[in-house]
Amino acid sequence: MKLLLVDDETEFLETLLKRMKRRNVDVNGVGSGEKALAWLENNDTDVVILDVRMTGMDGIETLREIKKRHPLVEVIMLTGHASMEAAIEGMEMGAFDYLMKPMDMDDLLYKAEDAFKKKTIHSGKIDKMVQDLG
Amino acid sequence: MNRKTIPLSPYYRSLTRNMVLLVIMISFTPMLLVTVITLDRFSASHHEKVYAHLGELVLKHKQNIDSFLVEKLQNIRFLADTIDFDQCGHQNMIEGHLARLQRAYGPVFVDLGVVNEQGQQVAYTGPFRLEEALYSDADWFKRAIESRYFTSDVFLGLRGAPHFIISARKTCQDQKWIIRATIDFVEFNRLVEKIRIGKTGFAYILNREGRFQTKPIFDFTPDLDIYNRYFSTLERMGKEVEIQERLDSYGVRSIYVSALLKGGDWLLVYKQASSDAFSDLRNAQTIAIVFFLLGGVAIVAMAIWMSGKMVRRIATSDQEKEIMNEQVIETGKLASVGELAAGIAHEINNPVAIMVEEAGWLQDLMEDGAYKSDADIKEFERALDQIRTQGKRCKEITHKLLSFARKTDSRIEDFEVGHLIEELVALSAQRAKYSNVELITRLEPKLPAISASQSELQQVFLNLINNALDAMDKTGGTLEISAKQEEGQIVIDVSDNGPGIPRANLARIFDPFFTTKPVGSGTGLGLSICYGIIHKMGGEITVKSTVDVGTTFGIRVPAKTDEAVENKAVSATDTCN
Repeated sequence: MKLLLVDDETEFLETLLKRMKRRNVDVNGVGSGEKALAWLENNDTDVVILDVRMTGMDGIETLREIKKRHPLVEVIMLTGHASMEAAIEGMEMGAFDYLMKPMDMDDLLYKAEDAFKKKTIHSGKIDKMVQDLG
Repeated sequence: MNRKTIPLSPYYRSLTRNMVLLVIMISFTPMLLVTVITLDRFSASHHEKVYAHLGELVLKHKQNIDSFLVEKLQNIRFLADTIDFDQCGHQNMIEGHLARLQRAYGPVFVDLGVVNEQGQQVAYTGPFRLEEALYSDADWFKRAIESRYFTSDVFLGLRGAPHFIISARKTCQDQKWIIRATIDFVEFNRLVEKIRIGKTGFAYILNREGRFQTKPIFDFTPDLDIYNRYFSTLERMGKEVEIQERLDSYGVRSIYVSALLKGGDWLLVYKQASSDAFSDLRNAQTIAIVFFLLGGVAIVAMAIWMSGKMVRRIATSDQEKEIMNEQVIETGKLASVGELAAGIAHEINNPVAIMVEEAGWLQDLMEDGAYKSDADIKEFERALDQIRTQGKRCKEITHKLLSFARKTDSRIEDFEVGHLIEELVALSAQRAKYSNVELITRLEPKLPAISASQSELQQVFLNLINNALDAMDKTGGTLEISAKQEEGQIVIDVSDNGPGIPRANLARIFDPFFTTKPVGSGTGLGLSICYGIIHKMGGEITVKSTVDVGTTFGIRVPAKTDEAVENKAVSATDTCN
């Protein structure tokens, strides 16, 4: 399972990365929506954990772009209380789930696992279809 | 709370005054017009009536007197025709004639005499001893001998008492004879004396020399010029009666009614003081004026009472409106605070999330038991530092919010607007950041203080900033807030380069409940509240907007001068009372 953390708060991003890495999760972090898209271009990723409110390109826009360019990549939204609408909007746009900051590490990892499973099933289906067609 | 005891502010006092004046003017104008026109018409018709009455009276008496004189003259003519002048010298015969005359006509004829051509009275009968009297030098004789009939003016004559003579001439034995009778002055005088109206109305007769022919009740010296004018006027105009109103020699306005008597020799004058003649009119006028004044007093009292009552009511409803406005502002404030809170919550959420993560990290480290090595302890310290840093960040945010929330009362105080703007910009910074809006402030240093309620002004700027951020939420942009001093006013511009406001909406933008936001998102009160607040401060708020270029809200509020400080102090003591 390959994770990508996207958050513009560097301190938050780094600590979260450290904690996840300590749990032997294959995870990387970037500080903005643009960087996330750039990363996805070059690196194989299963699940993106995306902050909704970011300066520059915000979470929703990033999500839209990710879903457009990498439809298989699952996205988990991180929101504050105030951006519930954004979270719902995100779900409508195809995000896997959302979590409210501050979140429990275990919850996050469970959700990531679920998302990864969904992705695996999806890609499995697609692979099978490709084989069937091929 | 008893509102009645609260003294009204100068605004309401001037309102009361204007209402009182208006009511009085509207009520008085028709009343005055009606009274004046009625009195004037009444006075004119009354004058006419009085003149007609007096004219009639004088005319009647003129005819009376004239016919009296003519009658007496005819009596004498008759006598003259019947007397046999051969026996003129006979005393007895004259006596007999006088006795007959007096029997027939009363004691009007005082005496009777026969005068020959030389002026020698040849026969006489009467109460005076005038036998053998010589009249050759007397005026009346000279004129009587010239005409067949003659009536003299009143004179004293030989007997030393006023009287006048009626005479007839007769020729007999180539001699001219005059038979003359003296008319009793008292009797004649009574004819005129009885013309009395009111307190001051009386009549008298003048001859062409301006001498009294009767004894006037009120003694005075007649002015010959004036009476000559009457004579000539009456003769020229051919009128029977002439009525004039003028000041008499005592300066009293009087009516003079005159008529010619005795073929134009005498003038019958009736005189009455105008005030007496028009006493009815005066009474009517007095009554009218009394009623007018009473009505006026009633109107004034009513106007004052009604206006006072109405203004009280207006003041009360204004007060209620004020309270309601305050409530609306409070509601609006809650709405804008709600909007702000969304931004703030997220802002607090971020450091809290970091703290939670750091704490989790520490927990992770401890679970591994890795807290003995130097590197681990360093990591511990770093994590704790981070928690402290993020905690401070939270504290700053809550402090900002608190300082905002603390200014909740709408107390008017003097403060510098720049500081308030900085505070609000700081509060909105996070929201602006996420909307990709760059916040720029250009505040002129050392701006003069303004006198306003901090919380209200806060609300104005918060509304304007929130609106601008909402407008640029999708697109991002620049929001510039500038404050400068200009001609004793503080000019604050809040301009964005967002999508702008369509021309159609621009006119309605300050209307209450006008909103372009979807139902449930905006109350439509924000800008109308801003408008209300700024106008209450004596300032103005304007908007300029071009679609796709941006919107600028301009606020002008009066800066505080020293003079204003004094006024403020006065009004402050006013409100304390």
